[in-house]
Amino acid sequence: MDAILAGTLLASTLRVATPLILCALAGVLAERSGVIDLGLEGKMLFAAFAAAATGSLFGSTVVALLAGCGVAVLMSWLHGFATVSHRGDQVVSGMALNIIAYGLTAVLAIAWFQQGGQTPPLGDGVRLRPLWPEASATLGPVVGEGLFAHNALVYVALLLVAGVSFFLYRTRLGLRLRAVGENPNMVDAAGLSVSRLRYLALTLNGVLCGLAGAYLVLAQSAAFSPNMTAGRGYMALAAMIFGRWKPVPALAACLLFGFLDTIAVRLQGVKLPHLGELPVQAIQALPYLLTVVLLAAFIGRNVAPAALGRPYVKEH
Amino acid sequence: MSAPALPRWADVVLLPLVNLAAALLIAGAVMALVGQDPREVLSLMAKGAFGTLRGFSYTLYYTTTFIFTGLAVAVAAHGGLFNIGAEGQATLGGLGAGLVALWLGAHLPAAVMLPVMVLAAAAFGAAWALIPAYLQAYRGSHIVITTIMFNFLAYTLLVYLLVNVLKAPGSMAVESAPFAPSASLPNAQEVFAWFGIEWPSSPLNLSFLLALVAAVLVYAYLWRTRAGYRLRTVGASAGAAEYAGIPPAHQILIAMGISGALAGLVGVNEIAGVNRRLLLDFVAGAGFTGIAVALMGRNHPVGILLASLLFGALFQGGAEVGFEMPQFTRDMVVTLQGFVILFSGAMAYVLAPYLSRLLHAIPAVAKRGAT
Repeated sequence: MDAILAGTLLASTLRVATPLILCALAGVLAERSGVIDLGLEGKMLFAAFAAAATGSLFGSTVVALLAGCGVAVLMSWLHGFATVSHRGDQVVSGMALNIIAYGLTAVLAIAWFQQGGQTPPLGDGVRLRPLWPEASATLGPVVGEGLFAHNALVYVALLLVAGVSFFLYRTRLGLRLRAVGENPNMVDAAGLSVSRLRYLALTLNGVLCGLAGAYLVLAQSAAFSPNMTAGRGYMALAAMIFGRWKPVPALAACLLFGFLDTIAVRLQGVKLPHLGELPVQAIQALPYLLTVVLLAAFIGRNVAPAALGRPYVKEH
Repeated sequence: MSAPALPRWADVVLLPLVNLAAALLIAGAVMALVGQDPREVLSLMAKGAFGTLRGFSYTLYYTTTFIFTGLAVAVAAHGGLFNIGAEGQATLGGLGAGLVALWLGAHLPAAVMLPVMVLAAAAFGAAWALIPAYLQAYRGSHIVITTIMFNFLAYTLLVYLLVNVLKAPGSMAVESAPFAPSASLPNAQEVFAWFGIEWPSSPLNLSFLLALVAAVLVYAYLWRTRAGYRLRTVGASAGAAEYAGIPPAHQILIAMGISGALAGLVGVNEIAGVNRRLLLDFVAGAGFTGIAVALMGRNHPVGILLASLLFGALFQGGAEVGFEMPQFTRDMVVTLQGFVILFSGAMAYVLAPYLSRLLHAIPAVAKRGAT
């Protein structure tokens, strides 16, 4: 394998993995607090639409990011209202958010922009550009192109992995957040508000989903199109489970899935030794298959947060 | 939650209607927001769905698919399981029907071929649901996660088979060769022609009767047999069921097997009845509509028939509105579906206390008490 190919594969893996990393971290925060979040896909999709719509109207990256995060946080709060405040079914609520986002973004995009569901492409001034575009010339194809030719959000996502890890394992608030996902009664008995902690987790979750959605229109495709998330939210959910609800292993899973996505395209029609030609669908199916196998083989009931999916009812 | 309990009739009839009304209100607000007149949309929808025999036939064709997926989600729910995998199970059902049609269609008469296709669709759907069920029952993998993964796996499997194995030689489209005539389920136009009645052409076919039979059988099974009682016991309380000598693991397999088989029957309607060839995307989200249908219909076959008819009308009506108002697309109906799931599923307990207080403010209700 030559250096140029290695650099391209590395760069592409990181680019594909970034929205997955942000979403998987969002999932980690919500689920460690005991709230199942199947709504990652819907929040990311609506955030992408909000970022694309406001970005094209105001021509500002900051406004686009804020709009994306704002919309996703609102959806997180709706999820909290249904499940934390009113003890509704968390799985059903997440599915509802996904379906609403799928339909509503298309309706609004068609009505407001009249381009069959697309938004106008964002200008170069709004989109995120590589921080060091000359890196590949000075640092060579692997390190330069692979690691240093990215936009700020890619590095923010990687930093956030460390940030979320630190928050969950090294701060008092993070400890409380994890405790509320394992044993809410204990947290309640200690005089803390269970629902407040869960709302906090959901708020942070919304911000991260918003960043993931904004990334899709600010860094990947220049415009919103209906269902542009195309299952990435579920892929991030798989990565979160694959990573056993922990930030760093989830990052590893996202990088693996990003890499699989990258090579799936490149291996079309390539004959591999001993295997022959691999169908592209087999590689596309791998993340889902791996998650199922891993869940069945190693992850029993004991890895997920103990109170996951159970609404908390205060005793009188 | 100090509100008195709702009377049974209100819980079964009124609450779903109130939740539907709430979802319709929001959908109407969205229409108004984007400059469409909700009343005009609604009247166009009603006309498109029920106004002509042809439109009504289309409505019933959509209804057929939603009955299958709605029943599928409901049977799983009675076993205490949330089946998000109806989409994938329906995909596999179509694949099963398609494979036997392509394999045996040229050699068997319709009287044998069609039942074989129905059985194949049910068997493939059931098999696809049984793997997640087994993993939930014996390996502790959460069924929701596994069925989501299986939806994606079903789709990639179908793409792979169509592109690499089943695609008609020389054709550009990703679809199989057309089935032999014996592997095509007669549609309404053909059936009525046997009796000398003229009927407009539509995708409505004999699967509709199959869906009605399935609804009756699901009712009989759940409420009129010991096996159904065992299933509902596990759904109500797995612990109590185990104590009473009903192993929950077996019931998980049974519930998901039946659920997957019902979802697989979507393949009979779409593949054997309408397209008469195997192609991509014939499920088109019906598995998720089934969740809305089951929630609306309170997991009861009668409710599911009504809710399926409602969503069938919305999908058919929505397509018709698009002809009159180009800005209107079926995405609006999908949005409404999402709000129905939100209100009657996730927020089931939000509106109930208000409704209850309201009802108990009426003297006649308060006097009878919550029976």
